[in-house]
Amino acid sequence: MSEPVVKVEGLYKNYGAVEALRGVSFEVEEGELFGLLGPNGAGKTSTIEILEGLRHQDRGTVRVCGLDPQKNALEMKHVVGSALQSTSLPDKMRVEETLEMFAHFYRNPRDTKELLKRFQLEEKRNAFYHQLSGGQKQRLALALALVNNPKMIFLDEPTAGLDPQVRREIYSTLEELKQEKKTILLTTHYIEEAERLCDRVAIIDYGRVMALGTPRELKQRSAGTTRIEVRLSRAPADGALGKLDGVADCRRLDETYLLHSSKPTQTIVALVKHLETEGVELQGLEMFSPSLEDVFLELTGRRLRE
Amino acid sequence: MVNHTWTLSMMRIKLALRSRTFLFFSMAMPMGFLFGYVIFFGRGNPLVVPYLLGAILALSVMGAFWGLSMQLVMFREQGILRRFHLAPIGPGAMLASSIISNYFLVFPTVILEFLICRFIFHMPTWGNLVAVFLLVSIGAATFSAMGLVVASVTNDMQETTVINNIIWSLFLFLSGVTIPVGLMPGWVQKLILFLPATYLATGLEGAMLHAASFRDILADMIALTVSLILAFEVARRIFRWEPEEKIRGKAKLWAVAALIPFLLLGSWELTRGHLLQEINHQYQMISQRAAPPRPPSR
Repeated sequence: MSEPVVKVEGLYKNYGAVEALRGVSFEVEEGELFGLLGPNGAGKTSTIEILEGLRHQDRGTVRVCGLDPQKNALEMKHVVGSALQSTSLPDKMRVEETLEMFAHFYRNPRDTKELLKRFQLEEKRNAFYHQLSGGQKQRLALALALVNNPKMIFLDEPTAGLDPQVRREIYSTLEELKQEKKTILLTTHYIEEAERLCDRVAIIDYGRVMALGTPRELKQRSAGTTRIEVRLSRAPADGALGKLDGVADCRRLDETYLLHSSKPTQTIVALVKHLETEGVELQGLEMFSPSLEDVFLELTGRRLRE
Repeated sequence: MVNHTWTLSMMRIKLALRSRTFLFFSMAMPMGFLFGYVIFFGRGNPLVVPYLLGAILALSVMGAFWGLSMQLVMFREQGILRRFHLAPIGPGAMLASSIISNYFLVFPTVILEFLICRFIFHMPTWGNLVAVFLLVSIGAATFSAMGLVVASVTNDMQETTVINNIIWSLFLFLSGVTIPVGLMPGWVQKLILFLPATYLATGLEGAMLHAASFRDILADMIALTVSLILAFEVARRIFRWEPEEKIRGKAKLWAVAALIPFLLLGSWELTRGHLLQEINHQYQMISQRAAPPRPPSR
């Protein structure tokens, strides 16, 4: 069995009084697309930046391709490609010359013309960086992450702030990389991104890994249950919703009641009858298939998307 | 590292040539100073032009101090350095590329200033071109490195601007490039012996005015070279890639190390040197050359 490409053990990191990471541990196997899923402030970026060698951990060990990101920084950077959460480059650098410049720093760079084509930047090859749209800048950041033919790719929130169309284009690119058996670690707070792309996901919150597994394994935790979100004109009697037919779990988040039911149809019928009896108006109702959102909710008692 | 330094230098040169701010401060402004000096202070007298050119050359060379420090801090604050930190590049290559690119960028201005003085203002002499070349070369590198030290010890643009303003004012008004040293009171003249800009300015003025030899500028060259090495090493050791990394109070004192050669040279000049005498003599000579001719007596 080959060594994991990334090995993280007992990672701790503080920023002053703030404990950003509290014992994070996981491994990334060769050829897999591994996701770190969590809300803003969970510790995803701190983790990935320690792996990239941008930050130093307070405690714990980290190995990337068998190398220590701090002690073997220069060597590690030759085999690792990264795209930051927010990439900044000089405004007056042109797209193609930026790729060529970074390619010069590595031993075995890729052909920059091929990268321009792959990331649909050919028409913008002579454009200045400040002339690019958000999506184009992100595509350039991804191209730069691949310019050195890396063994390991780190992507920090690669689709954050992008519109759905651009996000789908980037998903296609990541799926191509996955088919090429590239080893990728990406951080995200988008559930659909983690579910669609990742072979395995670590759910992280408050600096700890709360759960780790394939999306399917994680969703098994809520297997067979459908999430029904209900908004009412006033609060119902205490515990009433939890006793409805089929309801396995009931909790309140702000003004919404979340019911996990193994028999959603029966639950809804029972709900409507109950509300009619109590004289409570139903203001909204949505049903959701089991997702990582439910896993996160079960683990932390709050939503992934605030 | 040499390849990386060269690649980064090429990038910086391209960025500079695409920047209107750079073109203004590095070309337009020195030319404006040159014409202003020769027309208003020299009254178009060709005999005074070599002295004024020496001062303008010093101004052109010292300009890197301000430009490079601001650029480094800006790159750090905007997160640009962060992206370069992901590549296998060390701080030495980043800093060296700033110095090297500035070196190549300063020479077109210097050459143009020479040509204007020679062919438009009819400067009678080329001065000692070898001495000028050496002083411009080492001066450009040294003042670049000093600017990088400032950028390494300040935490943000505001702090950098304040420090730069203070230091630049000292360079501008106390080195002889704007106000002749000969006009300054005695106690100020003693103070300026500790400024790096003084040695650059007097060295260039001497090289232009009386073709100062390599021996004459040797002390200046040694002080500037040692200062360059110290400044580069200090900047490299305390270099920061991340905008959140702040430098603590005591660490800022490392910046003073770059001035050690001038503290030593200044102390020597104060006690045993002849630089102030030479500067005052030079000023008298220029004043005589610049004085309007006396009308013939009847």
